Amino acid sequence: MRAPLVVFGLLVAAAAAAPVLAPYAPERIDLAARREAPSAAHLFGTDELGRDVFSRVIYGARVSLAVGLLSAAVAGASGVAIGGIAGYGGGAVDAALMRATDGMLAIPRLPLLMIAAVVLQPSIPWLIVLVGLAGWMETARVVRAEFRSLRGAGFVESARACGASHRRVVVRHLLPNAAAAVAVSVTLAVARGILLESALSFFGVGVRPPAASWGNMLYQAQSTLGSEPWLAIAPGAFILLTTISVSMIGDDLAEQSVARRL
Amino acid sequence: MTPLPRFLVRRFVHAVPLLLLVSVLVFLLIHAAPGGPLAIYLANPNVRPADIERLRRALGLDRPLWQQYWTWLWAFVQGDWGYSFSDGRPVAARIVERMPATFELVAVSLAGALVLTMPAGVGAAVARGRWIDRVVTTASMIGVAIPAFWFGLLLQMIFAVSLGWLPSSGRATPGGADAIDHLQHLVLPAAVLAIVLASGWSRFLRGSMIQTLAHPFIVATRARGLPPPRVVLRHALRNALGPLIALVTVDAALLVSGAVVTESVFAWPGLGSLFTEALARRDYTVLMALLMLSAAAVVVFNFLGDLAHAVIDPRVPAA
Repeated sequence: MRAPLVVFGLLVAAAAAAPVLAPYAPERIDLAARREAPSAAHLFGTDELGRDVFSRVIYGARVSLAVGLLSAAVAGASGVAIGGIAGYGGGAVDAALMRATDGMLAIPRLPLLMIAAVVLQPSIPWLIVLVGLAGWMETARVVRAEFRSLRGAGFVESARACGASHRRVVVRHLLPNAAAAVAVSVTLAVARGILLESALSFFGVGVRPPAASWGNMLYQAQSTLGSEPWLAIAPGAFILLTTISVSMIGDDLAEQSVARRL
Repeated sequence: MTPLPRFLVRRFVHAVPLLLLVSVLVFLLIHAAPGGPLAIYLANPNVRPADIERLRRALGLDRPLWQQYWTWLWAFVQGDWGYSFSDGRPVAARIVERMPATFELVAVSLAGALVLTMPAGVGAAVARGRWIDRVVTTASMIGVAIPAFWFGLLLQMIFAVSLGWLPSSGRATPGGADAIDHLQHLVLPAAVLAIVLASGWSRFLRGSMIQTLAHPFIVATRARGLPPPRVVLRHALRNALGPLIALVTVDAALLVSGAVVTESVFAWPGLGSLFTEALARRDYTVLMALLMLSAAAVVVFNFLGDLAHAVIDPRVPAA
């Protein structure tokens, strides 16, 4: 089951090598070649300004993948911090943090982000932070559960008895045990981040034109589905390819961590 | 079922601070907007600064934030949801008029998704590793990973634009709205929503069926010579059904919150479309009410899901 990793690796490599791979500059307007169907010169056709869709898809990959990966990092880091404090601290802190987690989970993620994006008009780095902050809850729950089940374990008690600080217990003993579960939840957060970015941009409140992201390319393609369907097919297919490969990587990680436990 | 009342009370007690937290977050977010709820007037050159100041006083926006919050919350709890900034009508009226469309779309989609899920999930689990399983696993993987709006666009391109079989958007053709026309409008959005829901559900059902089928009690029923369909349907499915029903009930919160993406892509005039319309107009009172409604729906349907699970499966302590 290495195929999803290879696909995802290729996508990341293509995004990184965008200036080399893209035959045209992504924002280069060519009014003589507007709305052209896919051809040898323009693999995925051109849009209403004559921009090359293939080049835009490759450059868009940079934005979409960056939002997916970095927002998952934000979500993972805040999830580990919040879940760790709740699980290790216990008591009232735990109760308060878990209520906050439930509260965040009760708000539909996409509408909340849509409002936040309209209100705050975020640049791409802020968009990454927003998407990340909307996704820490799953990781927090997983980490809290792991910490709570391990807090009373013999090896933790013996480490404490040997004089290890709380910090050392958490970093050296608890976190490594929670790592597998965190990896699964962060992988899922990557797929979710990519989907959220594309949906936000599709509704015109995420990545703003002229910068290309897969979502805002679909936003622009929406009005010309009948005459220029290629504008809608390529960006969507790339979103799907990415989210499928990421979810399959997540499934593999989950299976491995279950297998290790048995 | 004796522990039920206490469990009810506890869940209710938990739900109150949770919804308060949501309301604070939503309130602060909207007031963080440049110009706050009056942003729409700031952009309008016909509105003089003096008018804005007068409106700010009239709406109480010059008072401390916490006072504004309490006033808003107190009114909100009493059912006074304020007036829409875009058309001046009561927010509650605008929401209520959109409810039937959402209810229709989501109810049909939930039913369709269940019809797809049961055979897919059970079949894949029973035929684990064989071609049926591969088809179900692959299809549901795609259904979970696909952006719903792109899926909607694809169906529009195929069935509305290319083939011309079905209308691409709306709930009825203006003028000639008979039952057939109505159904034709419903097909594509309901298909998108049902397939997306069924993908998640059948992955879940497959997983829990596989777990259940591995239990010793299933081996025992097989050993007693019960016919395989009976083993699967009467014994295994019954055990795997509880968690699925809980999941389905949680997703049924869409009945009240609206399916934002699907409704917007197909211009289905429900709560989801109301949300994106309000978003485009910066209609904050409507957005706030819709978000609170959705959060309340999630809390209530989560509770109902646990309740349903506990009723179906007596082993589940209602906690």
